[in-house]
Amino acid sequence: MKRLFLYRLAVVAGAIALLEIFCLTGVIDKITMQPPHLIARDLYRLLASGRMNGAIWKTSTNTLLALVLALGVGVVAAALLHRLRALRDTLDPLFATYYAVPVFAFYPFFIVVFGLGDLPQILIAFMLGVVAMIVNTLNGLDRVPPVLLKTGRIMRLTPIDTALRLTLPAAGPYILTGVKLAVAYAFIGIIGSEFILSRGGIGYEINFAYNNFDNATMYPLIVLILLASIAINTVLTRWEKTLLARRGAR
Amino acid sequence: MTTQVALSNVGKTFPASPTTAALHALGPIDLELQRGEFFAVVGPSGCGKSTLLEIIAGLTPATQGSVEFEGRRIAGEAPDSIGVVFQEDASLPWLDVTENVAFGLRRSKLAKDERDARVRDALRLVGLSDFATSYPAQLSGGMRQRVCIARTLVMQPRLILLDEPFGALDQQTRLLMGDELLLMWRATGATVFLITHALDEATMLADRIGVMSARPGRLIDVVETNWPRERDSRIVERSEFGAITARLWKTLREESLKTIGRAVPKPAADA
Ligand SMILES: Nc1ncnc2c1ncn2[C@@H]1O[C@H](COP(=O)(O)OP(=O)(O)O)[C@@H](O)[C@H]1O
Ligand SMILES: [Mg+2]
Repeated sequence: MKRLFLYRLAVVAGAIALLEIFCLTGVIDKITMQPPHLIARDLYRLLASGRMNGAIWKTSTNTLLALVLALGVGVVAAALLHRLRALRDTLDPLFATYYAVPVFAFYPFFIVVFGLGDLPQILIAFMLGVVAMIVNTLNGLDRVPPVLLKTGRIMRLTPIDTALRLTLPAAGPYILTGVKLAVAYAFIGIIGSEFILSRGGIGYEINFAYNNFDNATMYPLIVLILLASIAINTVLTRWEKTLLARRGAR
Repeated sequence: MTTQVALSNVGKTFPASPTTAALHALGPIDLELQRGEFFAVVGPSGCGKSTLLEIIAGLTPATQGSVEFEGRRIAGEAPDSIGVVFQEDASLPWLDVTENVAFGLRRSKLAKDERDARVRDALRLVGLSDFATSYPAQLSGGMRQRVCIARTLVMQPRLILLDEPFGALDQQTRLLMGDELLLMWRATGATVFLITHALDEATMLADRIGVMSARPGRLIDVVETNWPRERDSRIVERSEFGAITARLWKTLREESLKTIGRAVPKPAADA
C-alpha cells in the first residue's frame, strides 16, 4: 500500500521531470509551454495576487451548488422511482441512452431561456451529474437484500424511515460511486460551460488567457483544476475505502 | 395457559407467474400457540415452514383461513410485539454491534438510559458484550446471527419467531446457542416459535414440536416433550430424548423421502 503510493509518486515526479527537461532543452518550445517549475511559480504568484479569487469562488460555488442539487434530486428521484415500478420501467431505457446525449448542445437553449447568468451553467452541470446519481442509487437499491426489507417491516418503519435508515444506507457504496461521478460531471459541466459562453469563472479565465497567448495564466489555472479534482477524488476514494473495509467483503 | 396465536384452516397458494404455475405451498393448518411456550417446527425442506413463519409475522398474507395474534386478526401487516430472526443474515453492515441492536429502539419513547440498559442487557445475554463496537463484517456468521437475536430481544417482543437461526453453525456451537436460547426464553417469558431442520435441536429445546408434511405443508404430528421449564442441553442424556427424536424421525422419514423424489420403501424394510 505504502510502497504502491511511493511508486505512483515516482511515476508522477518522473513525468514532471521529463517535461522539465523537454522544456529546458527546447524540445518543447517556450511558446507552447512553460517548464513545470515556472508553472508552479506562476501558480503561486497568481494565487498570492488574489487576481483569480473571484473566478475561483464563482467556479467552486457553482460546482458545489450543481453537485448538491444533483445529489439531492438524484437520491430522492431514485428512491421514488424505486417504489414506482411502472414509471421506472418507462424511464430505464432513457437513462441507458442518456450518456449518448451531448448535454452541451442544449447550452444555447438554456441561455435563451435563463439568460447569461450562472443558472444555465449550473443547470448543465446538474443535468450531467443527476443521472449518474439516479442510475447508481437505483442500482444500489436493487441490491438491498430482501431480508433487510423484511426486518424494516417487522420493526414497523415508516416508508421514509425505511428509506433513510435502511435502504439508502444499505445502498451506500453504490451511492458513493454515483457521488464520485457526479463530482466529476459537475466540474466538467461548470468549467465546460464557462469555456463556451460566460463572463467569469476559471473556465472563462483559461479561455481568455488562451486567446491572449497568456501562458503564464493558462497553465497555472489548468494545473489548479487538476490539483483540485485530484484532491477531491482522493478524499472520496479514501472515504469509499473505509466504508467498504467496514462492510468487509460482503 | 392462554392462547396467543391461533391459526385456523390457514393455507397459502402462490399465484402463477409468467414463468411458473400457481403453487400450493402450505396448509391447511390449524394450530394454537400458548403464551410463553416454546414451540418448534420441523419438516422437509420446501414444505412451507418459512412461509408459515411469514404468515404469523404478518409479512405475507395467508390465501386461506385466518390468523389471530392476541385476539386480533393479522392481515398482511406486522403486528407490534412480534420479533423475527431470519434464516439469512440480517445484520446491518454499516452499523456497529451496539447500533445494530439499538436499531429498533430509535423511534421508541424510551429514555436514553433505559435504551442503553436494554442494549447492554441484550448484548450480555447473547454473549457479545466484548464486541459492542465491532462491525458485523468483523464477526463470524454465528455472532452476526446473535446480533440479530439481541436486536429482537431489546424490543421485548411477546412472540419471537426464529427461522433456522443456527442453520449455518457447527453442531457444538448449535448446542451452546440452544442453551442460550433457553436462557433467553426463560428470562423474557416470551413465546418462542422456532423453525429448525435439526430434530435433536427441536427435541432439546421445545415444549411441543410440530412435524410438517411435504409440500403443501400440513401438521402431521404434534409431539409434547414434557421437559421442565428449567432445562439445558444436558437434557440429551435423558432416555426420553432418544425416544422423542426417534418418533420425530419416524414421522418425517416418509415425508423427507417424498421431497427428494424417492419411492417410499416397502414396510418390510423397516422391520
Ligand atoms: N414468493 C414466493 N413465490 C412463489 N413460490 C414461493 C415463494 N416463496 C416460497 N415459495 C415456494 O413455496 C414453497 C415453500 O417455501 P418455504 O416456505 O421457503 O419452505 P421451507 O422454509 O420449508 O424450506 C417452496 O416450494 C418455495 O419454492
Ligand atoms: Mg425456510
